[in-house]
Amino acid sequence: MAEYLRRMPDSGDAFRRSSTVWSVLKLDPWLLSGLLALAGFGLTVLNSAVDGSNAAIQRQSVYLLIGFCGMLVAAQIPVYRYARLAPWMYLIGILALVSVLFLGVGAKGAQRWLSLGGFRFQPSEIMKLAVPLTVAWYLAKRSLPPNPKYVGATLILMGLPAVLIFLQPDLGTAILVAVSGFFVLFLAGLSWRYLLTAAGIVLASIWPLWSFVMKDYQRQRVLTLLDPESDRLGAGWNIIQSKTAIGSGGWSGKGYMQGTQTLLDFLPESHTDFIIAVLAEEYGLQGVLWLVMLYLFICLRGFWISYTAQSTYGRLVGASITLTFFVYVFVNMGMVAGILPVVGVPLPLVSAGGTSIVTLLAGFGILMAISQDKRQVN
Amino acid sequence: MAAERNLLKDANREGRIFTDRLVVTLVIFAVMLGLIVIRYYHLQIVDHAIYATQSDQNRLQTQPLPPRRGLIRDRAGRLIAENEPSFVLSVVVERTGGLDEIIERLQQIIELSDDDVAAFQRRRPSTRPYAPVPLKFRISEHERARIAVNSHELPGVEIEAQLIRSYPLADLFAHAVGYVGRINERELQTLPEGPYEGTFHIGKTGIEKYYESVLLGQVGVQTVETDARGRIMRLVEKTPPVPGKDLTLNLDADLQLAAAQALQGQRGAVVAIDPRDGGVLALYSSPSFDPNSFVNGISFNEYAELRDSPDVPLFNRALQGQYPPGSTVKPAIGLAGLHMGLVTPQSKVADPGWYTLPGDDRRYRDWVLRIRGRGHADKVDLHMAIAESCDVYFYDLARTMTVDRMHDFLQDFNLGARTGVDTTNERPGVLPSSEWKLQNRGRPWYPGETLSVGIGQGYMLATPMQLALMTSVLANRGYAYKPSLVAEVDGVVPETERLQLPDIEPSHWQAVIEGMEAVVHERSGTAHAMAKGLQYRVASKTGTAQVIGIAQDEEYDEDEIAERHRNHGLFIAFAPVEAPTIALAVIVENGGGSSAAVPVARAVLDAWLANPDKGVMRHVGLASNG
Repeated sequence: MAEYLRRMPDSGDAFRRSSTVWSVLKLDPWLLSGLLALAGFGLTVLNSAVDGSNAAIQRQSVYLLIGFCGMLVAAQIPVYRYARLAPWMYLIGILALVSVLFLGVGAKGAQRWLSLGGFRFQPSEIMKLAVPLTVAWYLAKRSLPPNPKYVGATLILMGLPAVLIFLQPDLGTAILVAVSGFFVLFLAGLSWRYLLTAAGIVLASIWPLWSFVMKDYQRQRVLTLLDPESDRLGAGWNIIQSKTAIGSGGWSGKGYMQGTQTLLDFLPESHTDFIIAVLAEEYGLQGVLWLVMLYLFICLRGFWISYTAQSTYGRLVGASITLTFFVYVFVNMGMVAGILPVVGVPLPLVSAGGTSIVTLLAGFGILMAISQDKRQVN
Repeated sequence: MAAERNLLKDANREGRIFTDRLVVTLVIFAVMLGLIVIRYYHLQIVDHAIYATQSDQNRLQTQPLPPRRGLIRDRAGRLIAENEPSFVLSVVVERTGGLDEIIERLQQIIELSDDDVAAFQRRRPSTRPYAPVPLKFRISEHERARIAVNSHELPGVEIEAQLIRSYPLADLFAHAVGYVGRINERELQTLPEGPYEGTFHIGKTGIEKYYESVLLGQVGVQTVETDARGRIMRLVEKTPPVPGKDLTLNLDADLQLAAAQALQGQRGAVVAIDPRDGGVLALYSSPSFDPNSFVNGISFNEYAELRDSPDVPLFNRALQGQYPPGSTVKPAIGLAGLHMGLVTPQSKVADPGWYTLPGDDRRYRDWVLRIRGRGHADKVDLHMAIAESCDVYFYDLARTMTVDRMHDFLQDFNLGARTGVDTTNERPGVLPSSEWKLQNRGRPWYPGETLSVGIGQGYMLATPMQLALMTSVLANRGYAYKPSLVAEVDGVVPETERLQLPDIEPSHWQAVIEGMEAVVHERSGTAHAMAKGLQYRVASKTGTAQVIGIAQDEEYDEDEIAERHRNHGLFIAFAPVEAPTIALAVIVENGGGSSAAVPVARAVLDAWLANPDKGVMRHVGLASNG
């Protein structure tokens, strides 16, 4: 594969030079406008969620700035380099995850952060990119569809970090990291027979997972999802309050900065994981649909880039990043609306939070690199 | 090269596989997107109304606004029961996070006794969730400041201004007006919930209890917008409470004061009634106590002291004390004799100092025998019998009248039954008859017992309130109004019931009242000592109630008998005789005889008739000095 990529090094130089500003910057204008619109919309909603607190808005703006810079940098790196970088990134990520278990900084009973010179970061975030990149690197080198041996190896590649993240414990991220690897496998042509078998195994493992692996609070979250009223003031509070916020928004919403659930502190984590409820309360279903359309636009553009990518590696990475991004959106909107367990997944580019924004935008940087890759080939 | 071709061939195939998978992915993608949109559509459009209501309920909290309790004033408008602002420390248990830690922390900040905490724990189960439970009353300015400074580490702790009942005249009206106290668990079970929302106190005794529904007022409601921690952000709607109605009493602080001072250091009671309308002018029981102690829960020690005192200060002698009325019933019995035609004002009875029933040796002695060694005179008529309180005359009258006729007549004076005065815990006394004895003692009536009843002894018992009412009937010559402590409810005069005696000839009234006038105004009258300096004419009757029976041959020697066994001194009076405006009854327990009660009556009568500017303020100092 690497050989294949190296065969066409400078053939696109002339084309590139004569091309638009976007090809000079190696950015995809459609994707960029979608992301900027989303970030702007997100900041507006966040402003309401934090009740106009300048500090929080500034912090988020800085993260977005860093994220977009990171995206710009990521877009400059030729796609084939990611294939080489991926295994190293993966190894560093694994080491970081192991050290988190021993040296991690805790919050709410979980150790998720590493503290480096006063700067906290979450190694599991690295894995959100490292796993699909590494799995794609591994599979793209081999002839596809993958044979059982490759499938097994892929499962180990995605399973190891997932287990380490699960031990922190962070069930939501563990599943999402594993899923991002699985998407690559699926897109690479994992046979339906394996898929059905896997589904069977997952179903069969539900009971032992429930009984032996899950922690009490995780079980509680699932139970609370099934019956939020059972613990109105405890675990059920969040879901009841977020559903109330969403539902009371109606079609047109209560108005910007007018959401009573948010203003009066009924909505928990309103500026992080539950921020969609703020949007739904203040802008109504209209606002939710606008947001969904923005996500739809970004995803479709992402799929288009993957579809037109010139290398199998590019296709797998691009589609996997896009799909993972969408799964984040789906899980977050689903959990806040009470159809999925509360697993602590932020709403991409809208929820306050640094690492997640930087990782997501870096992912889109890679997508942009892929979008430039095809022009090199042409 | 072969490998390269293989790779390229693979790439095409991979491209096809990828495209297939992308199509599948897009289908799944569309389904997930659809699910989300449907879910939000359902929440925001289909169930919008439900969640909008829920959101309103969330932020809108309905809070009760307790009404101001009605004020109580005396007839001159002086405040007897008022409401003082006071700060209460409450805890919303659900918001504390950990109750024990909060209480521990509070104990470090302010003085919080174990009693406070125990009472708080008792109150807790009966409180609604998220409602503040009072932990300490009467928070000082200093304590408020300390809590305010530390409020960030005291979640769920609230300080609220409340109006707390206070009795500025302290012990002066304790028995007449009663007091409010905190609603206890038993009351919580029986009280309707609505009217007492936000109210911590309820009338426990006296007027405070009897007029509870009038004084309470109506609870108001305010709807406020609160955040998830219950902090009030905005007032949305308010229905103000309706304050309780104010009461104006017939009671007069000056008369109360006169009674209190005259009774100081003694056990006794005074009840004074305006016979013209039944208004109770004075109702005092000595010793008294400070009702303020009960408002927020009296301490155990303070209560034990009141409860265990041999003087029983909590006992309302004016309404609950049942005493043999002694000779104070003689005017009524004399009237009965005249009315029944058993005697005339001129008819006389021989008085050797004792009386014997026909066919019986037992000598029923007259009280005067011990002093003079003989009777009041050879022959005694009604006038003298009343003025000098001649027992023999009334022994004879009682015998001819029989106990049952005496019972029927005295019943018209409301003896043996509650007067129905508008307060609590009144006792009925006893007006014996042969039937009563059979029912209550299971024995037949003995003739000797009739003689005892004739001089107000034996089974006969009356409360000072009953005696005052009886005196009102005498003052009005045949009728009286049901005694009432309250003159006006919010400016409205309540209707009064009338007590009516059968028609009795005016000359009969005249004869009896002249006898009563002689008690004070004739030299031989038993209360002639009172005549000195008197500015009005009084009709009265002295009385002595035996506390222990004296055997026939024993001498009654006051000094040798323990103070607690001495006779009670009684006195009834009305004045001025020509147009009575006050009728009263006084008892001084173990006062020895009526001589102890007469000065008390004089003080009260003077306060009403002769000394209108006696200030009440002096007593305020008196009370605070203890």
